[in-house]
Amino acid sequence: MKYQSQKVAYWYILAALALFGIQVAGGLLAGWVYVSPNFLSELLPFNVIRMIHTNALIVWLLLGFFAAAYFLVPEEAEREIWSPKLAYLQLVILLVGTLGAVGSYLVGIHGGREFLEQPLWVKFGILVAALIFLLNVSMTVLSGKRTAITNVLLMGLWLLSLLWVFAFINPDNLSLDKMYWWFVVHLWVEATWELVMAAILAFLLLKLTGVDREVVEKWLYVIVATALFSGILGTGHHFYWIGLPGYWQWVGSIFSTFEVIPFFLMMSFAFVMVWKGRKTHPNKAALLWSLGSSTVAFFGAGVWGFLHTLHGVNFYSHGTQITAAHGHLAFYGAYVALNLAVFSYAMPMLRQREPYNQVLNMASFWLMTGGMAFMTFVLTFAGTIQTHMQRVVGDYYMDVQDSLSVFYLMRFGAGAAVVIGALLFIYSMLVVRRKEVITPGPANPVPGE
Amino acid sequence: MAEILTKSRARNIFYGGSIFFVVVFVGMTVHSHRYVVQTSTAGMPLSEEVRHGKHVWEEHSCINCHSLHGEGAYFAPELGNVTTRWGVQDSPDDAFWMLKGWIESQPSGLEGRRQMPRYELTDEDIRALSEFLRWADQTDTQGWPPNDAG
Repeated sequence: MKYQSQKVAYWYILAALALFGIQVAGGLLAGWVYVSPNFLSELLPFNVIRMIHTNALIVWLLLGFFAAAYFLVPEEAEREIWSPKLAYLQLVILLVGTLGAVGSYLVGIHGGREFLEQPLWVKFGILVAALIFLLNVSMTVLSGKRTAITNVLLMGLWLLSLLWVFAFINPDNLSLDKMYWWFVVHLWVEATWELVMAAILAFLLLKLTGVDREVVEKWLYVIVATALFSGILGTGHHFYWIGLPGYWQWVGSIFSTFEVIPFFLMMSFAFVMVWKGRKTHPNKAALLWSLGSSTVAFFGAGVWGFLHTLHGVNFYSHGTQITAAHGHLAFYGAYVALNLAVFSYAMPMLRQREPYNQVLNMASFWLMTGGMAFMTFVLTFAGTIQTHMQRVVGDYYMDVQDSLSVFYLMRFGAGAAVVIGALLFIYSMLVVRRKEVITPGPANPVPGE
Repeated sequence: MAEILTKSRARNIFYGGSIFFVVVFVGMTVHSHRYVVQTSTAGMPLSEEVRHGKHVWEEHSCINCHSLHGEGAYFAPELGNVTTRWGVQDSPDDAFWMLKGWIESQPSGLEGRRQMPRYELTDEDIRALSEFLRWADQTDTQGWPPNDAG
């Protein structure tokens, strides 16, 4: 930790980890309701469980982004954060809003737009927190050194905050409601969040591999260019069947096919940098998460996205378990794993010690990634059968669901592995053991060995 | 690529290209907005009742179990075409009675069957909700879903 104010990131990471725990617990509960539908059905209905699952995810990912920004901006700008007090105030506002939202969901008070169920006062709180954040990091960057990494990171964060305005715009016309809803949802995860992801990944690779900054930053601009060129008009793949003009079928199919490219580039970028890099960084766990994130994002967002994005395919697969399979792997690879990479990299420095618990951390990577991959496979099979029975043959929804129960049972098992992995990760971050579980080998092996 | 594509060129392509795509996207959005209002949802007036029905739909977060035009959770049946599936698309009264009967018979309590919670709705709310669902069903969704099963 070069700058004292980077410490702010520590509290953001703790809050993010707590919500991560709530998110996966909610997921496991929802997965169990699929297996045993009468469970808690009167006390805590499925819609509320799912709301907590998705909202906790979004908020902890944002907290992770804020943590990453507060950690890397001082190092890039080479100065302290403009106002650490405002940064803590922002965290308090976000936590009060989050607790308020969860509390009100539990008593049945919520909005009705998916993922944007927060009560209005919480939405305003998020807006205020975002503005405080933007002011704080922008002032830090403006008065310090400007780099491509902070340029792209700030652009991503400014644009995603700007798009939050559409969370307040809810037309009475359902088709218009849906169109503007995607301005938040799609243009977050398939455009602006990709800028944030690429900038953070570039920072991590710069630090972990020791590759020349010029090379890293040129890659960064190429990646984010392909992300926005494909992602903006790629929004069209959500506009096929909600009452919008037919031309979106072609625009969406073509441009969202190109959405694979930035994810392929990010994966290539990560591996090429590690291959070219001369530095052997002691934090192997952070490197594993960085490589893992870009790889799983390529499969989850890129390959599984392409799987059902062409309008001829989507006509049959839209709104089946195929979508659920893609959503889980894409979010896990692109944003969950990337945040866990940042946490793994930053936490030892924030606690001012050598990297610790790396074996447990890496074990948690394989448990979570393995669990997520298995969940994606079973949901893809379930979705394929559902698409055929319901959309081609025309069997009724509930009859089809009843015949998918074995897949939901396997999905619950996969989810349990993810939860155990997540708990192991949280443990490896918070509890510093005196020794690694396995004694590490020499950092630089003798050539020829 | 090293010589031709310098860092500053890559940056300029990124900024210039992004602005171009934003402008195209905004233009298409404006057109789509007009198309929705004038064509695809124009088959039935967006009455006060339909608007109220949308609020009822939102207040109870139906979207976190059901899907509507294929979007939402996938835990319960698609409702974008439910009035067609029930054969009540052209009759407001039948749609109301059908929906009232359904909502008031929940939860079924059957073992091993997904449970819909019991929502205490007034007749006015149920009427608004059934009108909202009829309104959603008349939207021109480019022929989706492929069949009445939704």
